[in-house]
Amino acid sequence: MIVVKNLYKDFGNLKVLKGVNTFIKEQEVVVVIGPSGSGKSTFLRCLNLLEEPTSGEIIIDGVNLLDKNTDINKVRQGLGMVFQRFNLFPHMTALENISIAPMKVKGLSREEAEKIARDLLAKVDLRDKEDYLPDQLSGGQQQRVAIARALAMQPKIMLFDEPTSALDPEMVGEVLAVMKNLAKEGMTMVVVTHEMGFAKEVGDRVLFMDEGVIVEEGSPEELFNNPKHPRTKSFLSKIL
Amino acid sequence: MNVLEYYAKHLGAVFPSLLRGAVLTIQVTALSEMFGIIIGMFAGLGKLSKNKIIKGFCGAYVDLIRGTPLLVQVFLIYFGLPNLVLQITGNRFPIDPFVAAVWACSINSGAYVAEIFRSGIQSIEKGQMEAARSLGMNKIQAMRYIILPQAFRRIIPPLGNEFIALMKDTSILSAIGLEELVRKGQLYTSSTFASFPVYTGVMLIYLVMTMTVSRFVTYMERRLKVIDRS
Ligand SMILES: Nc1ncnc2c1ncn2[C@@H]1O[C@H](COP(=O)(O)OP(=O)(O)OP(=O)(O)O)[C@@H](O)[C@H]1O
Ligand SMILES: [Mg+2]
Repeated sequence: MIVVKNLYKDFGNLKVLKGVNTFIKEQEVVVVIGPSGSGKSTFLRCLNLLEEPTSGEIIIDGVNLLDKNTDINKVRQGLGMVFQRFNLFPHMTALENISIAPMKVKGLSREEAEKIARDLLAKVDLRDKEDYLPDQLSGGQQQRVAIARALAMQPKIMLFDEPTSALDPEMVGEVLAVMKNLAKEGMTMVVVTHEMGFAKEVGDRVLFMDEGVIVEEGSPEELFNNPKHPRTKSFLSKIL
Repeated sequence: MNVLEYYAKHLGAVFPSLLRGAVLTIQVTALSEMFGIIIGMFAGLGKLSKNKIIKGFCGAYVDLIRGTPLLVQVFLIYFGLPNLVLQITGNRFPIDPFVAAVWACSINSGAYVAEIFRSGIQSIEKGQMEAARSLGMNKIQAMRYIILPQAFRRIIPPLGNEFIALMKDTSILSAIGLEELVRKGQLYTSSTFASFPVYTGVMLIYLVMTMTVSRFVTYMERRLKVIDRS
């Protein structure tokens, strides 16, 4: 479903991605781990072209993202993104945050969009918070609204960039619970996270990135219990 | 006749005329600010454009206007434009002072408003644009529904200051004979020489107008904050 070939990304002189190759199947949950600055976020952001790759190929459902004729707005509708800092729209209520894109991008009526939004709020267990502004919600609640917002466009793939890193510890669980449910429903997910419990429980495959390449990958058991590469070993020994 | 009587007599005599001038001052200011906001919004967006030509053009406009006196801009439109048209077409092209005033002040205000918009837009966190784009919105949709509504709230105070500055600056329109507040005062003093009562009256009226605007801006600011929180 996602094919990444020889992906390079430079920021000026700084080479951040140095040839990333991977393949993500439908319904697969792929967890990306690695030290700070290794290029995890950059990799994820390349997948929906928030960063423009310097070279390489990204093919999603047969569509080559780097082809000049590809309608990137269309592609992005199929890819939900959840950010570390939520990035909710502060001037809109939870309901508006979720319904704005279906209305303005897909052209749904307000009623249709709000119906979708209410269903999603129920799904993330925030049924009674539809009129709340982001400011009035806790971090965990905000992130769940953000997940619902991404789901409102009915994406085939969800990208998560450290979705729980900005949360107080007691709120991590509620967000992970929503993500686990999504995984169980068969959503294709790429998740950058330091939550090893999550990786073990729902991850189908773990990618270990370091210095702009995927150093090692495998099932969570293989990678966590029996890392082969010395850099993987040293990273895991620091965080586990 | 003592000074107080002299003062009261002339102030009383000139006041109705000053008020009529003040109405014109308000009209020019409000119209120009309205056009200025429209021009400034596009020029501000233009300065942030990736397109070099648009960016360069908008940047040059802002620099030109902010780098030259309003009085000269007014003269250029009121005297210069008819002169140019006459030289090119051979036809006379008189401009009404009010029209020239609104043109000049709109173009002038647009440049200042452009900078207000530009910095307001830039003050919105990068993540907002990214979130909007990641949902499939194009740039225009993201600007319209996500960035601008947030930027508007932040730029209300500087826009209010700009409105007050423009209101005071319209006093130079007396130089093209537009009978706004200052010109009304001049006309009265030219026959009576009662400068002191007249210009204290002029000042008082300006002060009342600018204070009213700044109160209104404070009120708007507060109301938007309430909306933000409630
Ligand atoms: N827009 C940018 N301009 C310049 N350099 C950037 C930009 N974005 C990221 N970088 C640099 O690229 C490198 C990789 O960043 P990236 O955010 O992808 O790392 P990461 O693996 O996600 O790290 P972390 O775990 O801290 O989030 C870093 O050195 C970072 O400073
Ligand atoms: Mg990161």
